[in-house]
Amino acid sequence: MANSHDAREATMIGRRTDGTIIRRPLSPHLQVYDMMQMTSALSIMHRITGTAWSLGLIFLVWWLAAAAAGPDAYASVQWFMGSFIGVIMLFGITAVAWYHTLAGLRHLMWDAGYGYDIPTTYRTGWMVIIGTGVMTVLTWIVAIIAWAS
Amino acid sequence: MSEHQTHFQSPLGRVRGHGSAKSGTHHWWMQRVTSLAMLPLMIWFAFSIASKAGAPWEVVAEWIGRPFNAVLLVAMIALGFYHTASGLQVVVEDYIRPERSVMLANLAIRSVCVLLGLLAALSVLRLAI
Ligand code: HEM
Repeated sequence: MANSHDAREATMIGRRTDGTIIRRPLSPHLQVYDMMQMTSALSIMHRITGTAWSLGLIFLVWWLAAAAAGPDAYASVQWFMGSFIGVIMLFGITAVAWYHTLAGLRHLMWDAGYGYDIPTTYRTGWMVIIGTGVMTVLTWIVAIIAWAS
Repeated sequence: MSEHQTHFQSPLGRVRGHGSAKSGTHHWWMQRVTSLAMLPLMIWFAFSIASKAGAPWEVVAEWIGRPFNAVLLVAMIALGFYHTASGLQVVVEDYIRPERSVMLANLAIRSVCVLLGLLAALSVLRLAI
C-alpha cells in the first residue's frame, strides 16, 4: 500500500487467504447496487435533496436580509422571485424541501425502530413520493391564491 | 458481565459511548434532534410564507417582526443551519479525500453556515425590535 494521506485508508486494507494484501471493495458501491430499485433511489434522493435545500437556504437568507434592509431591497427580491427563473427555482425548492422533510420523517420512524420489513418499506416509500407531490401542490395553491388576491 | 463477551469494546467503553472519534453518538443524535424540532417549524413556515406570496414589504416586514413569528423564525434559522452544517459534513466525509481536504471543506461549510445564520437571525431581530 502506498503512503496514504488518509487515516481511513487503514480500514480498507484486507488480506486474501494466501496472505497477500488487497484493497477491500467499497460498500455500498454503485456497480453492486441497482439504483433502479425504489429503496436505493429514495435513499440517494434524501442526500441530493438535503444538499439542494442547503443551497436553497441562500434564498431564504436573501429574502430575510432584504426585508430587514427596507422596501427597495425587498422589491428587488420580489422582482427576482416573481420572474420566470425565480418561480421555477422556488417551485424546485418547494418540492425538494417537502421531499427531504417527508423522507426525513421516514428516517425518524426507522430510528425509532419501526418499518423495516420490505412491504412497509415500499409503502412508506410511496407515501413519501405521493406526499411530496401533494404537499408541493398544496403549498403552491396557497401561494397562487395569495398572489391573486 | 456475561460469560462470553460478544463485543470487542470493553463494557466501560460501551457505557461511555465513545468511539474512535471521542464524541460518541453526539453528531448522529443532534441530527435527529434538529430534524424533530424542525418538522413542525417547516410546515408552519412553508404555509406562512406561501400565504405571503406577492404581499408588499409593509405586510411582510410586519409579519416577520411579530414576537411569536420572530421567535419561531430565529429558532428555525438556528436549528436549520446547525442541521445543514452537520448534514453536509457527512456528505463531505463520504465523498472527499484526503482527510486534509475534508477538514478544510468542513471548516468552510461551518463558516458559511454560521455567517448566513447570523445574517438571517439579525435580519429577523432588526424587524422585531
Ligand atoms: C433547512 C432545511 C434542511 C436542510 C438544508 C437539510 C439538509 C440536510 C443534509 C445536507 C443532510 C445530509 C444528507 C445525508 O447525509 O445524506 C440531512 C440529513 C438529514 N435530514 Fe435534513 N435538512 C433540512 C431539514 C430537515 C427536516 C425538516 C427534517 C425533518 C424530518 C430533516 C431530516 C433529516 C434526517 C433524518 C437526516 C439524516 C439522514 C441520514 O442519516 O441519512 N431535515 N439534511
